[in-house]
Amino acid sequence: MLPRRFTVLDVQAETHDTVTLGLAPVDGIPMAFRPGQFAMVGRPGFGEVPISISGDPDEPARLMHTVRAVGDATAALTRCAVGDPVFARGPYGRGWEEESGTDGDVLVVAGGIGLAPVRPVVLAVLRHRERYGRVVVVVGSRTPTDLLYRPQLEEWAARDDLDVVVTVDAGEPSWRGNVGLVTDVLPDLDPAATLVLVCGPEVMMRLTADALVRRGVVPSQIRVSMERNMRCGVGLCGHCQLREVFVCVDGPVLGYDRARTLMTMRGL
Amino acid sequence: MRSVEQLIAGHPFFVDLDEETVRHLAGCALNRHFDADEYLFRADDPAETFFLLRGGSVAIEIQGPGERRLIVETQGPGSVVGLSWLFPPYRHSMDARALSSTSAVALDAGCLREKCDQDPRVGYLMLQRLARAMHDRMMSARVRLLDLYGAPSAR
Repeated sequence: MLPRRFTVLDVQAETHDTVTLGLAPVDGIPMAFRPGQFAMVGRPGFGEVPISISGDPDEPARLMHTVRAVGDATAALTRCAVGDPVFARGPYGRGWEEESGTDGDVLVVAGGIGLAPVRPVVLAVLRHRERYGRVVVVVGSRTPTDLLYRPQLEEWAARDDLDVVVTVDAGEPSWRGNVGLVTDVLPDLDPAATLVLVCGPEVMMRLTADALVRRGVVPSQIRVSMERNMRCGVGLCGHCQLREVFVCVDGPVLGYDRARTLMTMRGL
Repeated sequence: MRSVEQLIAGHPFFVDLDEETVRHLAGCALNRHFDADEYLFRADDPAETFFLLRGGSVAIEIQGPGERRLIVETQGPGSVVGLSWLFPPYRHSMDARALSSTSAVALDAGCLREKCDQDPRVGYLMLQRLARAMHDRMMSARVRLLDLYGAPSAR
């Protein structure tokens, strides 16, 4: 539970309010993690917040976090420069557990900043590509300018063993891609043989999961990454409790069979 | 090469349609192709054609000030474009522009309306399917209005 000291190695500006930080542990011990896990991250003096780890799980020596400035703590992180100190503790939570999808197809649907928590699982699947059937990544964004990891998306799109579908809510004059929701561009799939991983705003996750259930995908084969007010990260403070579920420990990744009721319960 | 009848029968908009009705509607149909940036129709054009998209991508857009084109949505293979054919005054409300090389089955609107008038069963089938397409597009537009990917403070 004690925060560990890290130093900022690099800062990549993704959009006008989002950066990706590459962090190196001061003690030299990498933070090994599983795709879908998060860490509690903060700059000295600004508090800590739960942020998904967005790096390559096979390269934990460089801890990556993609941060959007939505409050004081995250804004402080987006102002980091190379060499600045950052505290992080973790990793916490239950990840995507993508290994359960081996021998089948994998569909990853990410919306907005939700692409950050799924980036590690896409990298993990690609590293063991032979274990999976068809792999499709669907990415939704507000506008083309708001897309994260654009060079990497282009790299992925160029592979012939991976389908990448991008759609935006509003196009720009030079945009020749899809304009519409992620649910408008879901691929045809074999519902019995597909593991679905969904991450993004909760309404987007719910609509996507429901659309896939209507296509015959069993809810337990759809996993969503829940986000609630996580403070301790270890199931003690209760801030992230959703009925019987502690998002920081039982999640953040949950099967939709479990998450569906929690997502639609008024007041939760 | 598949016949127009086969193309209609295989298109998601007409899924589960009986053979007799497919044959009946095929009499209104032609195969069409559009090059990138070619317009299928423009706003205020008479709604003379209903398109079943087979390949490519079509932008539904509104002309902005000057040369600006504002894309409202895109439609791809398996979708339909030109929904105004069934509703008076039978005028398209927006532009439809091919974003890439696009293939479609083009159904003559006058021919379709006549068949719907002659056979209310066919008319009801068409209306049900069009209403479904409109419902889905309305939902998509409503959800996009929520600006889910925008900054939380802006919502």
